[in-house]
Amino acid sequence: MENNVKRKIAPYLYLVPCMLIFGIFLFYPFIKTIYLSLYKTNKMGQAKLYVGLENYKDLLQSASFINSLKVTLIFVVIVVLGGMLLGLIAAVLCNKAFPGIRFFSTSYALPMAIASSSAAMIFQIMLHPAVGIVNKLLGLDINWLNDPNTALICVAVLTAWLNSGINFLYFSAGLGNIDETIYERASVDGATGVQQFFSLTLPGLSPIMFYTLVVNIIQAFQSFGQIKILTEGGPNESTNVIVYSIYRDAFFNYRFGSAAAQSVILFVIIMIITLIMFRIEKKGVNY
Amino acid sequence: MTQINDSVALAVGDMSREELLELKKTMNAKALAKRRSRTALRITANVVFAVLILLPLLYAISIALMPSNELFTTELNLFPKNPTFSNFVNAFRTVPLLKFILNSFIMAGCITIGQIITCSLAAFAFSFLEFKGKGILFMVVMATMMVPGEATIISNYLTVSSWGMLDTYQVLIVPYLTSAMGIFLFRQFYMTFPISLYESAKLDGCGNLRFIVKILLPLTKSAIGAMAVYTFINAWNMYMWPLLVTGSNNMRTVQIGISMLDSVDSQSITLMIAGVVMIIIPSISIFIIGQKQLIRGMFSGAVKG
Repeated sequence: MENNVKRKIAPYLYLVPCMLIFGIFLFYPFIKTIYLSLYKTNKMGQAKLYVGLENYKDLLQSASFINSLKVTLIFVVIVVLGGMLLGLIAAVLCNKAFPGIRFFSTSYALPMAIASSSAAMIFQIMLHPAVGIVNKLLGLDINWLNDPNTALICVAVLTAWLNSGINFLYFSAGLGNIDETIYERASVDGATGVQQFFSLTLPGLSPIMFYTLVVNIIQAFQSFGQIKILTEGGPNESTNVIVYSIYRDAFFNYRFGSAAAQSVILFVIIMIITLIMFRIEKKGVNY
Repeated sequence: MTQINDSVALAVGDMSREELLELKKTMNAKALAKRRSRTALRITANVVFAVLILLPLLYAISIALMPSNELFTTELNLFPKNPTFSNFVNAFRTVPLLKFILNSFIMAGCITIGQIITCSLAAFAFSFLEFKGKGILFMVVMATMMVPGEATIISNYLTVSSWGMLDTYQVLIVPYLTSAMGIFLFRQFYMTFPISLYESAKLDGCGNLRFIVKILLPLTKSAIGAMAVYTFINAWNMYMWPLLVTGSNNMRTVQIGISMLDSVDSQSITLMIAGVVMIIIPSISIFIIGQKQLIRGMFSGAVKG
């Protein structure tokens, strides 16, 4: 009898450590965030006054938050397209063996080992209006990070660069899965390299492409360090993506309720995009 | 197609043996030249693209070695004229960089070891044991991947500050002691082992924990290696959480500490970049050493579309 009980309980014991951590630092705070988003809070972050959906209403009517949504959307599009393009080019360049391939493939994967904050500090100097290499090489005199027209593009390009490393690995794995013989047959039939790329390589990559796309979108929404260091949401809120806006509202304005509501909106946006992507995948991607 | 073959056959028929050998030679030489030029083209394209990708890093190294008076010129100064290591030395003098590095090592090391333990335990239960609610619990774990860290970070901050845990090692480490991705990765590996492996070990009187330590862990070295490299680098590079929960020099991690070198004094640019280069070195070294493991672990079975 005792043995039987033990056998029934034992499996759960192996889940206790991970469930404890998930419970305290993921499920509980997630529910608490939803709860906080329905309240006005004091400076200590304690819920004081139940206001229902008012935080959400205020947000959707505030020009600043609408701007945040718009900025986030542009940012995500540039980051995802840029990061995937860089990774794809690198993977195609390393598709066939050649002398030095190991050096080059390590180089292309390297950005994934670099912290967003470290990269941001390097880019800060590269984009420095007086001493930066970008202005010097291009012979320009642009204050990249202080101009509302260029600041967002700069942080997005930096983020795309950071993400390109792991994208390169995904795409390399995807290219490795494509059967070599279809290229040989295509060459015999007289298909050019460009035709082969668009009608064989890209479709062959579609399963991994889809996975990479989902991961990239989710990651892009969560970028923070580079924006904190490079622009702090400015100039003129032109880089005030949702995550930065959450940080500012909670830890500078002490409006935890509003920040919590923004967190919930961010979660809902990411969830909807993920669900739509999986719906599309079921219909469109051929394996 | 057949027509061409016929004409080729005709042409070949007209040729002597010497002429044929000659033709073969020139064709081979042509093919070789073509292959060579293709390889050359590929290498050239790779060099150009690699320089583009590595540009920020190469530039950082160059600036870190540059005396600060060389930085402020209007001419193109790609390389330091009088390279110096004084920036590195000064960076150590200006901020407690060694302490930051130690803190980051402790944090990233504990998180890595902790995740490997909790994830292998959970993955073991999910792949070898039968219990009620297994499917649902696994779905719940996988669903946590969808919750962005930012959706919980405010509440987490409020929780740990109400516990008076701010500015300690525990607060940096404990929230990250498990990961859904790790559980998924390990389970993916464990599923490739036949259940009979577990059953026969059990018949021989091998307990569950001993089975994990003596049999599962050694068999999944590549997954553990991949997971360790990935987790360590991510923990080393963490920014938002350490920024919120650490306040004193004693607890700051490298990523937060290094931005202290980013002061208004523009003469300190070279100093700051020297600091950045030094904190990038550990994560890059671990990446280069563990790259093979990482790729093998990530893509064997785990991600196949």
